[in-house]
Amino acid sequence: MLATRAISLVGKRAISTSICVRGGHGVAKVDDYALPAYFDRRENPLPDVQFVTELSAEQKSLKEKEKGSWATLSNEEKIALYRISFKQSFAEMNEGTKEWKSVIAGMFFFIGMTGLVVLWQRKFVYGPVPPTFESEWKEKEVQRMLDMRINPVEGFSAKWDYENKEWKK
Amino acid sequence: MSLAKPAMRGLLGKRLRFHLPIAFALSLVAAAAFKYGVTEPRKQAYADFYKQYDATKEFNNMREAGIFQSVRPTGE
Repeated sequence: MLATRAISLVGKRAISTSICVRGGHGVAKVDDYALPAYFDRRENPLPDVQFVTELSAEQKSLKEKEKGSWATLSNEEKIALYRISFKQSFAEMNEGTKEWKSVIAGMFFFIGMTGLVVLWQRKFVYGPVPPTFESEWKEKEVQRMLDMRINPVEGFSAKWDYENKEWKK
Repeated sequence: MSLAKPAMRGLLGKRLRFHLPIAFALSLVAAAAFKYGVTEPRKQAYADFYKQYDATKEFNNMREAGIFQSVRPTGE
């Protein structure tokens, strides 16, 4: 408890330089990857740490000025303060990339490769097709379907002219 | 650098007030189009077919074609 309170007093991101005293026994160095990270996300608008870790002298004086009345800050100073705390603005982080072109290109490529595989399969893997696909068989099949009056109202047999024994024009 | 304060509330209501009437209108149009483009012509087609339908004549034609198992063509 004492250690965390001391760290929050020392300030954001300066934690890496402070020591984490554990029960008075020794010093545990806090590794960089274990600390809160900064990232630009629309869903998480206020990251745990500010973006700029080591402030230049100019930025330090600006931070001091920020402690006073904000009406005295010029527009450039406000923008500079924003850029200290954040890396990108919402407009910048939300703008689209050109990634979709690579995605579409990848899609076409893999569809093409699959097409080649399918063609090879048809030639070298599949056996012959059943006898029901031969044209003789199909002719007999169609004749039987017409005899049975399959779908005579709007479908198959509706398109056959039974008087003239031919397909309707 | 004084931007207008953006709308903070009523966003869903505003969206619904805009989109719901359009959604209802389009749904009604779709239903009407299907009814008058598909179902009414289909009902008419069936009505016309059965107006001139002679069941006995059709049965005899089918029998002669030899598709039935219970009645063979008149020749056999």
